[in-house]
Amino acid sequence: MAKVTYIEHSGQKHEIEVANGLTVMEGAVQNDIPGIDADCGGGMACATCHVYVKDDWFSKLPEKENGEDDMLDQAYQPNSSSRLSCQIIISEDLNGLVVHLPEKQV
Amino acid sequence: MINTDVVIIGAGPTGLFCAHQLGIIGLKCEIVDNLDKIGGQCIELYPDKPIYDIPAIPECTGEELTNNLIEQIKPFNFNFHLSERVQEIKNIDEKWFLKTTNGKEFLAPNIVIAAGVGSFEPRKFPTNSADKFDGDTVLYSIKDKTIFKDKSVVIFGGGDSALDWAIELSKNSNVTLVHRRDEFRGAQASVDKVKELQEKNKISVLTKCSIKEVKGNGKLESVEIKDEEGNSKDIKADYVLGFFGLIMQLGPILEWGLNIDKKLIPVNTENFETNKKGIFAIGDICSYPGKLKLILSGFHEGALAARGCFKYAKPNEKYRFEFTTSSKTVKGRLGVKE
Repeated sequence: MAKVTYIEHSGQKHEIEVANGLTVMEGAVQNDIPGIDADCGGGMACATCHVYVKDDWFSKLPEKENGEDDMLDQAYQPNSSSRLSCQIIISEDLNGLVVHLPEKQV
Repeated sequence: MINTDVVIIGAGPTGLFCAHQLGIIGLKCEIVDNLDKIGGQCIELYPDKPIYDIPAIPECTGEELTNNLIEQIKPFNFNFHLSERVQEIKNIDEKWFLKTTNGKEFLAPNIVIAAGVGSFEPRKFPTNSADKFDGDTVLYSIKDKTIFKDKSVVIFGGGDSALDWAIELSKNSNVTLVHRRDEFRGAQASVDKVKELQEKNKISVLTKCSIKEVKGNGKLESVEIKDEEGNSKDIKADYVLGFFGLIMQLGPILEWGLNIDKKLIPVNTENFETNKKGIFAIGDICSYPGKLKLILSGFHEGALAARGCFKYAKPNEKYRFEFTTSSKTVKGRLGVKE
């Protein structure tokens, strides 16, 4: 279990306990947090679960796998702190993780 | 106007198998899809990725699955209407009238919505300043490449479309290619070709940059780009092209009076009819307790929705369940000779 803070573009914060093994995307979808669409359902086949992870947490996340950056090219306003939240799997190590949601996904 | 028993919206695996089931029970259908090819997400998002959970097929790619489904419905000679989106629907005398973006019209007692997460549309630039030039000098696809002759063209993107067009247009235009990172995801041969053209000063390449604003008073003049540190600069542009792949949008479906819950259409699980009589929803777009977004679930839903269509298509006939292994009628429909 890890506490994840989702911060919407408007600044609205959501603190959610997400079970180990779920992804950051699933934590958002299962808790009705607006701002993560996840159109393809977690298959790394779209770019609608895009989040920004600030420096301090970005370096602590497991590295991007092949293909994630390719999908991020197709996200809304990606930058160097962009990740696909369907590729971040929750573990105790991520307790306290903060992710920022883009203005929109599509 | 085309009269038929069923109009299927969406030519993905679910829509295709539903068409098969309609053919088996002796109904006619027309299939409409906004993509320019058959296969839906399977062909657009993962044509080469292996799928491992299609019953009795241990492994196949999205493309192979699509081709097999197309093969399976060949005997029925159903029509496909590609690059068309159903824009509006209307109820006329117990039937549904449908009109597409290209003005094609259908009349049918049934509509099966197998639209996945919606229709594929190009992802547009994130700046509102691009909107007023959209379709004119800000473009997301190319129909006529001759318009770019001797012009300054700024291309955004890092995939095959961006690279291929940068290479092609560099022959007759002044091309700048802008991408948000150093790596390009297009084919290696195209990446190498772009590098070669860059060294010969035939293409300018700007990486780690993205669009900030499109500028011009009435006519497009320049595009402002920014790097990761926030420094920005203007590049002269007669045309700005964006190739950021496709996004999925529910679009007009939202306007049809259907119950919608979190971008999904609630259905009953007996025949997958929606709150509107004669409109069914199957595959990823439908929702019901226990719904799994698997292709195999879409097949099941399509088979039942097809039977649901029967009573509206042939109100005076009784539907009879038959097996393909034994029914002469069904074999006749499939063109199987005994």
